[in-house]
Amino acid sequence: MTDNSPANGDAAPSPLMSQVLARLGELVTGHRAFRGDDTIDVARENILRVAELLRDSPELAFDMLIDVTAVDYLGQPDGFSTPSTVWDRNLQAHKRIPMSRHHLVLPERGPLPRFAVVYHMLSTKFIHRLRIKCRVPENDPTIASVTPVWSGANWLERETYDLYGIRFVGHPDLRRIYLYEQFVGHPLRKDYQKRDNQPIDPHAGPAAKEPRRPN
Amino acid sequence: MPDQPLKNLVARTRPSVLEPSAVPGVPMRLQFGPSHPATHGTVRIELELEGEHVVNADVQVGYLHRGFEKECETGHYYQNIPYTDRLNYSSPILCNLAYCMAVEKLFDIKVPPRCEYVRVVSGELSRMADHVLGVGAACLELAAMTPFLYLLEARDLIWDLLDALCGSRVTTNYIRIGGLSANLPEGFGPFCVEKLDGVMKLISDADRMLTENAVFRERVEGTGQLSADQLIAIGVTGPLLRAAGVPLDLRRVQPYLVYDQLDFAVPVGQHGDNYDRYLVRMEELRQSNSMIRQCLEKMPGGPVDVDDPRIRWPGKNRVFNRMEELIDQFKLVTEGGLPPPGEVYFAVEGGNGEIGFYIVSDGTGKPYKCRCRAPSFSNTQALAPMIIGRQLADIVPTFDMINMIGGECDR
Repeated sequence: MTDNSPANGDAAPSPLMSQVLARLGELVTGHRAFRGDDTIDVARENILRVAELLRDSPELAFDMLIDVTAVDYLGQPDGFSTPSTVWDRNLQAHKRIPMSRHHLVLPERGPLPRFAVVYHMLSTKFIHRLRIKCRVPENDPTIASVTPVWSGANWLERETYDLYGIRFVGHPDLRRIYLYEQFVGHPLRKDYQKRDNQPIDPHAGPAAKEPRRPN
Repeated sequence: MPDQPLKNLVARTRPSVLEPSAVPGVPMRLQFGPSHPATHGTVRIELELEGEHVVNADVQVGYLHRGFEKECETGHYYQNIPYTDRLNYSSPILCNLAYCMAVEKLFDIKVPPRCEYVRVVSGELSRMADHVLGVGAACLELAAMTPFLYLLEARDLIWDLLDALCGSRVTTNYIRIGGLSANLPEGFGPFCVEKLDGVMKLISDADRMLTENAVFRERVEGTGQLSADQLIAIGVTGPLLRAAGVPLDLRRVQPYLVYDQLDFAVPVGQHGDNYDRYLVRMEELRQSNSMIRQCLEKMPGGPVDVDDPRIRWPGKNRVFNRMEELIDQFKLVTEGGLPPPGEVYFAVEGGNGEIGFYIVSDGTGKPYKCRCRAPSFSNTQALAPMIIGRQLADIVPTFDMINMIGGECDR
């Protein structure tokens, strides 16, 4: 089960994607391109192996990890990978009538795990980019850390842990980076409401601990 | 007898200064920041010192965290543009540009040529403001007050230009999705050239004060060095990486807007120390100046806004006179433009490196996720390896040349 099955739009893979598929083979469970961005899906058990292969293959040479983040697909198991043709058909059918997702004709899809950890990579030698998505379930939000491959993953994974609560196994120093240790919950999760304010300073007096104005 | 007490003083203070190294294995712990007079970013460094040598450093960020990404998920695409001003507040137009171009990539929009040129002009002005502030503040923190004043005056002249462009000096909010908030004002070309002449005069004055200055070079030469491989592994981009000899500039290697039609050089350093970072920034100022002049010469006519009713609001004359376009504007304001579902990443060369936005769309008028890849965040991560094993006094020039911007790093 992957985000992509009906490959949307671009039928033929790009030259980069062909190279990636040739190198990674069975490790890639799905791939797609949207607006020129190449994305591959990888099972979370294989992420460290995939990261090593991408960095060390001479024809790929993804030596820089640009970004690590996560997406919370709470209640959206298909991951919005609606083919653009379906979208266009909907758009024409509705003639710009206000549209929510309930109006969309979505392809049939089985449930996918809630979180996706997203990695963006850049090759400073060939200047090409790739995105990896790894689905991580809600009841066990863990994935292997890629800090052994790119040392820059350290802070990026700490940030993802802080804001999404995904634990990176093998990380040298996994603690919150923006928020304080006593903070309850992970604010970028979709079930964390924006109005759920918590005190800015955990050590402040009782007056400062009152929730601030609701918004 | 003035000599006697002084000698006593020296005799008294010396052992206490040397005390930590006299007790091996017990390093002194020192809190550096979060509000330190010699740093212009809100960051806290927990240092372990052996005498004046930094044994270990734990850099802690997050003092300016304000939930940028959470906030973006609750606003329409166009409502999030002012938030991006507050990311890197010394070059806000480049942040506007990265966000708007990412959304344009999602919508698959190509803006008119005049818009591309004006975007380059405003973006390069913003980059100049960023660099003069970065270098100027570094001088100030190395106790060189005069070049700081010169460079801040240069920034003021650049701000006059931004004021003419968009009516505000700091939080510009100038770029729109599919266009600009305003066309160039009347007579902007000659006004811009006149101001730029003043800016370049001030910069060359500061250059003469700093580049060959023995005191300045003593502080920055050979400090904060890190090899290109280490920087790439950490994810450092921008002037820091170019100072280590890697010519990675997105304007050159992944050209966007009209950068492929402009004549400019990408300065690179050799040693990757703070002095090279300073030299790269000074050269980039000259290159930006040349790019702006080229754009003003080549500036084409025509509209600055894309004529696409999905995203760009119609002109007011049409809104007030025609029913369809009134409805169109109403829909765009209340619902926002509706992009197709999908996810895009787009990056531009910001003042400190690659600033990119990763946007996930679910097909509604609000982004499902809006992630900012901030250069300062990755660059600040390189601070600890740069200062460990060096002198305590080297922290200040190294931190200044990283030019960590709290708003962007902590989001």
